[in-house]
Amino acid sequence: MLKGSDGRRRVVMAADRAAHRAGLRVGMPLTKAQALVEDLIVHDADVDGDSQALDRLAGWALQTYSPVVAADPPNGLILDITGAAHLHGGEAALLDALIRKLSEKEIEACAAIADTWGAAHALARFVARPITMVPPGDSARAVRNLPAAALRLPMNLVESLSVLGFDTIGELLAQPRAPLVHRFGRELGRRLDQISGHLAEPIDPVELPDVAEVKRVFFEPIGAPETLARYTAKLTVQLCDALEARGEGARQLDLHFIRVDGRIEAVRVGMAQPVRDPTRLTRLLCDRIETVDPGFGIERMRLIATQAEPWVHTQITTQDNNAPDLAGLIDTLSNRIGAERIYRLAAVESDVPERSVKRTSPLAVIPLGWPLHWPRPIRLFRRPEPVLPLAELPDHPPRVLTWRGTRHRVVAADGPERIFGEWWKQDGETWAVRDYFRVELDTGERLWLFRSGDGEDSATGSHQWFLHGMFA
Amino acid sequence: MSKPVPLGLAELRQHIQMLEGSRRAAGALPFGIERIDTRLPGGGLTLGAVHEVAGRDQGVVDGAAAALFVAGIAARSEGQVLWCLTQPDLFAPGLAQAGLDPQRVICVEAGDEKSVLMCCEEALRHGSLGAVVAEVSRLSLTASRRLQLAAESTRTLGLVLRRWSRPRDAAEFGLPTAAVTRWRIAAEASRALPVPGIGTARWRLELLRCKGGNTAEFDVEAHNGQAGLALSAPLADRPAAAAAGYGQGGYRAAS
Repeated sequence: MLKGSDGRRRVVMAADRAAHRAGLRVGMPLTKAQALVEDLIVHDADVDGDSQALDRLAGWALQTYSPVVAADPPNGLILDITGAAHLHGGEAALLDALIRKLSEKEIEACAAIADTWGAAHALARFVARPITMVPPGDSARAVRNLPAAALRLPMNLVESLSVLGFDTIGELLAQPRAPLVHRFGRELGRRLDQISGHLAEPIDPVELPDVAEVKRVFFEPIGAPETLARYTAKLTVQLCDALEARGEGARQLDLHFIRVDGRIEAVRVGMAQPVRDPTRLTRLLCDRIETVDPGFGIERMRLIATQAEPWVHTQITTQDNNAPDLAGLIDTLSNRIGAERIYRLAAVESDVPERSVKRTSPLAVIPLGWPLHWPRPIRLFRRPEPVLPLAELPDHPPRVLTWRGTRHRVVAADGPERIFGEWWKQDGETWAVRDYFRVELDTGERLWLFRSGDGEDSATGSHQWFLHGMFA
Repeated sequence: MSKPVPLGLAELRQHIQMLEGSRRAAGALPFGIERIDTRLPGGGLTLGAVHEVAGRDQGVVDGAAAALFVAGIAARSEGQVLWCLTQPDLFAPGLAQAGLDPQRVICVEAGDEKSVLMCCEEALRHGSLGAVVAEVSRLSLTASRRLQLAAESTRTLGLVLRRWSRPRDAAEFGLPTAAVTRWRIAAEASRALPVPGIGTARWRLELLRCKGGNTAEFDVEAHNGQAGLALSAPLADRPAAAAAGYGQGGYRAAS
C-alpha cells in the first residue's frame, strides 16, 4: 500500500490486490487503514516518479500504437486511435495487443474504447474487465449507469453530489443544467458535456525526446486537400533533410494537423525499411490525407519521425536489375490494410499439413520450400470439415461420401499417406495418426480426405473422416 | 492469320491498334500449346491486361481447378507474384507443386473485396511485379475497367480469380467486364488407369470471351509440378494427339 498526503491529511494513494480484499480503498485516511489491517506495509508514494514513468509509458504507446497519446494522470493513458486502428487489425485487436504487451511489462491494465475522452476514461476505470468497446454514438448511453466518481471531479464534489442523492452519471445528465451548475460550479457542467461529446476535449500529445521533427504554422487556416498535400510535400522534404543530417532513415512518420479548435488530426505511416526519399514518403502520407477532417481549418502542421533507424548506405550497381524494388509497394499496401496482412508463406519442417506453413515478412528471403513427392492441395481448409463416408475396409477410402449435405461418388483414390502426430509438441498427439487419401469424384473433382486414426486402434484417433483440402 | 491481308485492312488494324493504345506492344504470355495460343490474339495471354478466370458454377470444389490454372499462369510469368485474397486458405505447398515457388509469392490478405481490388490496382500500377492475382466474387464493370487501365500502364499480368459460395453470385459471371479474356475451368473425370489410383487431372478450359478473338474450348491435362498443361488425347485410339507432346511446362491437350 502506498501513502501520500492530501492537504493536511495522510491518505491511502494506492492499494494492491490483497489490500483491496482487506477492505482498504484509495482515498481512505491512513489511520483508518492501519486500524483495519494490523501489520500494514506502508510506503511513501513517489508522485513525481510515477508521473515520469507514465510519461515514458505514453512515449512507448506513441511509438507503437497511436500518433496521439497523452498521459492521463494519475494512472491512465489516453490514446486517440482515429486512423490508427486499421494498422493493428482493428480496434479489438489493438486493445488486445495493448493489454497483452502491458502485462508482459508486468502492468495490470484495463482499457476501453469510446467516442470521447471522458467516456473512455470512465469505462476503463469502472467497467472494463479488462477491455470494453462501445460502438460509435453509444457512449452517452454506456456511461449512464456509472457512478458520479467516473466524471473526473474532485473528491469533495463527488461526496456532496452523493449527499444530495446523485449517484450515477445518468441522473446528473437528466437534471436541468442551470441549477446544477449554480449549485456545484462550472466544472461539473464541463465534465458532463465532455463525456457526452458536446464539448470538445483536445488531447495535448506527449512528445518524444530527440526525434527529427519539422513544423509549419499558417497565417490563415488551410483546409483544401490539395493545399494539405502541397504542404505535406514541403514538410517531407524538410524532414528528409533533417534525417540526412542525423544519418537516419524513417521507419514511422506521424503527420499532425492541428485544427483551429485544438483537435489534432493525425496520420501515421510505417515503412518496412528505413526511408528518406521525399517522393515516396510524400506519396505514402498523401495517400492517407483523405482520412483527415480539416473542420474549420488547420493552423499548424507537424511532421515527426517517431521511429527512425540508422541509414545503411547500399552501393547502387547498374547490373542489379533482377530484384525490383517492392518495398515501396509493400509500404503503400501495409499502410492501407495493415502490415501483418502482407506476408510470404515459408516452409516449416513439419509433416502435419496445417503446421507446415508460416507467415514471414514480405521482404524476407525465405528458404526453399517443401518436399514435392507427396501431392498437396491448392486450398487447405482452416479446420477440416467432417464428411460422412461409406467405407468398406480399414485401408480403403470411402466409395461414397456426404459433405455439406450432398452425396458424392468416389471413382478413384490414391493413398493412404500416413502422418503421425508430433508428440514433442502436444501430449495428446503421442499416438495420433491421420491417413490421407486423394480421391477423385465422378465429376472429376479431387479432394484431400483423411481418416483420424489408423482404422484399427482407437487410441490413434476417432476413425472419423474429414475433408482437409481441394486439388482441382 | 496466314492469309495475306489486303492493304486497307492492315491499315485499319494499325489504326485500331493506335486507338487501343500500347497494349499490344506489351507482348503476350504463351501457354506453349499451339492450339490454344493460335486462338488468342498476340499468341498468348496479353501482358499488361486483365484476365478473368472462374470455376464451374455448380462445382463442389469452389474453383480449386481455376486456382491451379491461375497459379500455373502466374508461375510462367516473370518476376514476383502478388496474390490478393480475402480467405487465407491458399496452401503454399500446393502452390509450389503447381510450379509457383513460395519465394515468388507475396500474399495480401485484405479484409473485404473492395480492399482486394484496391490492392490489386495499386500493385498493377506499380509495374515491377510479374503477375497480380485478385480473388473476388464480384467484379463490376467499373472495377474491372480500373484494373484494366492500371494494367495497361505496365507489363504486369492481372488475373482475377472469381470465387463464389452461392449460386446467385455465379449467375453474375455472365455480366460484362473490361477483362480481355474470360475463362471457365471445369474439372473432368480423368481417364481410368489400368491399376487402382488417380490418373492425370483433366480440365475443360472454356474461353468464354476473348477481345479480338473467338470463343473456344480445350480439353487439357494438367501436370502438377510443371506449371503447365497439355492437350489431352480424349480417346485412347488417337495417339497422334498424344504424340503432339507436352507444351512448355506441362499442359497437353486435344479438342
